[in-house]
Amino acid sequence: MSDLTGTCPLSREQIVGQYFLEHRARLLDIAAFLDRLDRSVAGGQPDFREQALVQALHLVADGGPQRTARVLNLFSDMSQQLPQSAHGMKGALGAVKPAEAAGTAGASA
Amino acid sequence: MKYIDPHIHMVSRTTDDYQRMAQSGCIAVTEPAFWAGFDRSSAQGFADYFRQLTEYEPRRAALFGIRHFTWLCINPKEADDPAFARDVVALIPQFLKCDTVLGIGEIGLNKNTKNELIILEEQIRLAEEHNQLILVHTPHLEDKRKGTRLIMDALSASTIDPGRILIDHVEEHTVADVLDRGFWAGMTLYPDTKMTPQRATDVIEMYGSERIWMNSAGDWGCSDPLAVPKARLEMQRRGHSAQLIDRVTLDNPRTFLSQSPKFRLGAESV
Repeated sequence: MSDLTGTCPLSREQIVGQYFLEHRARLLDIAAFLDRLDRSVAGGQPDFREQALVQALHLVADGGPQRTARVLNLFSDMSQQLPQSAHGMKGALGAVKPAEAAGTAGASA
Repeated sequence: MKYIDPHIHMVSRTTDDYQRMAQSGCIAVTEPAFWAGFDRSSAQGFADYFRQLTEYEPRRAALFGIRHFTWLCINPKEADDPAFARDVVALIPQFLKCDTVLGIGEIGLNKNTKNELIILEEQIRLAEEHNQLILVHTPHLEDKRKGTRLIMDALSASTIDPGRILIDHVEEHTVADVLDRGFWAGMTLYPDTKMTPQRATDVIEMYGSERIWMNSAGDWGCSDPLAVPKARLEMQRRGHSAQLIDRVTLDNPRTFLSQSPKFRLGAESV
């Protein structure tokens, strides 16, 4: 993609002024989510989605361009094979399960 | 201000949502056939649903001065049983004659299976045979990237002009491919699983306003029937012109949808 500098009509200062508090709050939500996992009752194993989230956080902070698209690709199924049927896996999970995906609920739209 | 919400599932919304949308400037909606949250047990269930979409909803919308149009199909979440899906697809031609049916949609893939792909291809052929516009559903979350590519390949194998096909639920990792291949792109303003008004505005800033629209896809899940006016406000907050805001929320939907001769807005709306 070509240079995107200047495609947002706001200045850096204006963007921070308009959006900082909203994104500060979202970052704190992520931190609290990770803290909550640490406080969970003993016995559970780390879920593949936790690992994907932490990988994505590294990517967000790497200073490179196109963070959103790269995070979405990180969460995407890159396989080529097509299962015959969706029996037992109607919903999506948000990240790729290392073995075979499963799930019954999911987003509606 | 006036806008069109070109993808919203009003059968799942209450009448006061129509009222609030009208108060916010909505002049028309288009409603693709979709999954009810559970699998219907017979093709007859779809026949009833298609009657609701073509007979009942236009009347309910008209109470608030909103034009209601629809798209018909078996959605990908219920298309994994090919025999069942074919029974439903066989019902569609008789409904295509209705005054408010704009085309076939929202067809696509859900879990990117061979069964879903077979029915997608058959519904593309249905659109081809009946010269219908197509509205495409792309899969959720981790399945979107792969599914969007499979869907575009299936569409490109048909004779349908990509300018008559809108691929919905694009995100930052799929929008460029969709536009580069000549299709229209829809951004869905849906909490948790799709776009926010802020991200949708970012996409317009990065990829331009040609062949792109926004919709709420409001339905029975956590969703917002006022998402499009909220996106308009977000664009306004960033200083974008009224002309650009109207283009992506009113003019572009009107341009794409007007490829169907059935899409008409009242004289007072334009």
